[in-house]
Amino acid sequence: MNRDARALVCVPPWAWLALGLSLAAQLTWQSTRQPAPPAAADLPPPPPAQALRLASFAEAEASARLVMLYVQAFDLGGGNALPYKNLDYRRLTGWLRAILELDPRSEYPLFLAARVYAEVPDEARSRIALEFVYQEFLKDPNRRWPWLAHAALLAKHRLGDLALARRFAAAIDHYTTSEDVPLWARQMDIFILEDMSELEAAKIMLGGLLAKGAIRDPAEARFLKQRLDELEARIARGTKR
Amino acid sequence: MPAAILARFVLLEARRGGLPWLAAASIALALGLAAFLSQVALTESLALQASIVAALLRASAVFLIAAHVASSTLREINDKELERMLSLPLSRSTQYLGRLAGFALCGAALAVACAAPLLLWASAGTVALWALSLACETALVAAAALFFSMTLAQLVPAIAASAGLYVLARSMAAIQSIAGGPLADASLPHEVARWAVDAIALLLPRLETVTRTGWLLYGPPDAGAYAAALAGLMLYTGLLIAAGLFDFHRRNL
Repeated sequence: MNRDARALVCVPPWAWLALGLSLAAQLTWQSTRQPAPPAAADLPPPPPAQALRLASFAEAEASARLVMLYVQAFDLGGGNALPYKNLDYRRLTGWLRAILELDPRSEYPLFLAARVYAEVPDEARSRIALEFVYQEFLKDPNRRWPWLAHAALLAKHRLGDLALARRFAAAIDHYTTSEDVPLWARQMDIFILEDMSELEAAKIMLGGLLAKGAIRDPAEARFLKQRLDELEARIARGTKR
Repeated sequence: MPAAILARFVLLEARRGGLPWLAAASIALALGLAAFLSQVALTESLALQASIVAALLRASAVFLIAAHVASSTLREINDKELERMLSLPLSRSTQYLGRLAGFALCGAALAVACAAPLLLWASAGTVALWALSLACETALVAAAALFFSMTLAQLVPAIAASAGLYVLARSMAAIQSIAGGPLADASLPHEVARWAVDAIALLLPRLETVTRTGWLLYGPPDAGAYAAALAGLMLYTGLLIAAGLFDFHRRNL
């Protein structure tokens, strides 16, 4: 016990009662006011990148990732069977663009755009996400080509748009200059034109990325393995998404 | 050496005042929050953990040192301890610099403690550069807090002024970027505002270039840029010390 404090018996009963009652009232009040998961319509317009930079107090890297987690939560929680299908994708890509401006070396926004937002079962929304990946790829091709490679596969297998897939594949070949870009990525056009199933193509691509050591994050490796398993199970059932 | 004895007293006071416990609590809180947030990350979970821990611990170290300097200095002023010390055969400069050296050492100890958990995500060399930068940053904040505490002689204004200087210094590059943006209006009031922003920036340290989380995520900084950033910090700390000594010598205690 602190030498400055008296024994608990010195506290009058009414003070105990007031403390207990106010604590119970607080717990009751808060338990009835649980916040609902943010809905698609709640996604606000994206702030300018400069405003995000100002609010980050020069901690751009941490802020970019926190904002990414904030955006990721919209239209995801609760009993949502098909996440992200109701989001305003123009608004969404505005957020992703602002986050990339805040930390251009972060891979999170492009990962979400290519691997999550572009895979929604809505062609119009998927095309917006794929176009975003393409536009952002052009700003840093040597670092961002894996996301466009995945976008090319999605364009072929999910959208059935061979022209769009070939445009993405050609962009990888045309704009990348680094020695680190593997041959299979430069030759994606062949990949696209071959009569290869989505599963085979995805396995080749993920295998190539893993062999190159491009996927180092355990959360990302877990997520991609889960996606591959889902794809395998779906194809085994003979159903098409 | 009298200044070293004063610095030792400051360190002793920090240890007995619970500063190590507060630092430990900040580290535990930052690690817990980073672990929680990384659970919802789909990728870059390690980068997220490193960036959150680094950003929180940097802010915690700065806040703890500013609050400790202000409360310690004002307690001495209010208890007339400062007046008693001034009656000793020690120059005012020795007293001021000895006390500041103690606070700077507290800041360095905090920087080392805050950098230690970052070894989980970044190489030892990069973490050492980050820690040295944070130690210089806390020394600057200690000098600012000591100056404001001596000058304003009130706890809340001293902490508010130190925090205001720090936050403004960290945001100044973004404010200048907004003021000088290509979409900004080219009218006279805007030009005056831009000039005023640039003038204020001249009076502030470039805190956005030091203790960067990006070093931990994307590799160590360029040696020249790192040395220039730290030189800027030391220069500004020197300015704060000179201003503090000027004010302390002028005061009629």
